[in-house]
Amino acid sequence: MSSDTIYVVNFWATWCKPCIEELPSFDALEKSTRNQPVKIIMVSLDDPKVLQTKVQPFVKKLGYSMEFVLLNESKPNEWINRIDSTWSGAIPATLLFDGRLGRKEFHENDFTKDDLQKTVSNFRMLNND
Amino acid sequence: MISREYLVGLLALMFSVSMMFSADLPDGVKVGDKAPDFFLTNVDGQSVGLETFKSTKGVILVFTCNHCPYAIKYQDRIIALHEKYAAKGVPVLAINPNDPNVSPEDSYEKMKVRAEEKGFKFPYIFDETQKTALSYGARRTPHVFLLKKAKTGFTVEYIGAIDDNANDAAGGEETFLSNAVDKMLEGQPIAVTTTKAIGCSIKWKKD
Repeated sequence: MSSDTIYVVNFWATWCKPCIEELPSFDALEKSTRNQPVKIIMVSLDDPKVLQTKVQPFVKKLGYSMEFVLLNESKPNEWINRIDSTWSGAIPATLLFDGRLGRKEFHENDFTKDDLQKTVSNFRMLNND
Repeated sequence: MISREYLVGLLALMFSVSMMFSADLPDGVKVGDKAPDFFLTNVDGQSVGLETFKSTKGVILVFTCNHCPYAIKYQDRIIALHEKYAAKGVPVLAINPNDPNVSPEDSYEKMKVRAEEKGFKFPYIFDETQKTALSYGARRTPHVFLLKKAKTGFTVEYIGAIDDNANDAAGGEETFLSNAVDKMLEGQPIAVTTTKAIGCSIKWKKD
């Protein structure tokens, strides 16, 4: 993990319709920030049992370049608060994190392409003060 | 796909000052607050509200819906909770807060179909204006509010998840809601009064 990088961490699942609908926003962000210190991580909250049968084929079909992981944690009541105390647990949700300043923003909503670009660029500008 | 260790390391870094950005939703009720009243239409056409439950000891108010795969995972557990606790004076009241324009599977007509198919023995009411979800601060389905009969109306005793095991995954299972109802019925303090779980965001009306 690099300290000068902005991390954009999206929580999604193959069963979550608004999550699927906003995936292209993250693909567009990845394409437009490819040579910049922005790292996008897509965290699937699918049942680990369907990793190979459902999640991996779905991700492969997308053909996106960002990193996809699956969160294999069984105690949501514990880890949801560790990610952000304001998160209700509803998805989609997105965390912006700056390793250098230890600053973060949590968004419990879905994003259009424009909104995501704007939100991330505002977050980066604040971090360059 | 990468390892869990990597992710835990990543999550461990996410401490620090946080700023919340959601669609400016009200906070809703807290444990100990008076439960906001409502009157909403049940799948049988009758109007149902907290007044309907005035002879009970409490109500398990569950914001849930038809379409959400997480709500579906919990459907049979909600039915079982009603079977177990209605006889003890704490029945289930299920409430769908989703806008059918955003989520067509959650229309009133389809609620009737679901209630029939699953043989719901509890009301399944439609929060068409979403005012009840907003007044409680419900954010996802399923999202539970355990209410206790007070001298007038009801108070909120517990907010959160049904249990900690949506997938029936291996590992310990904590039945938060059952524990809370049991303690409430015993007149004992509830150990864990707020919990969280993953769920589908409530499908709010688009402006």
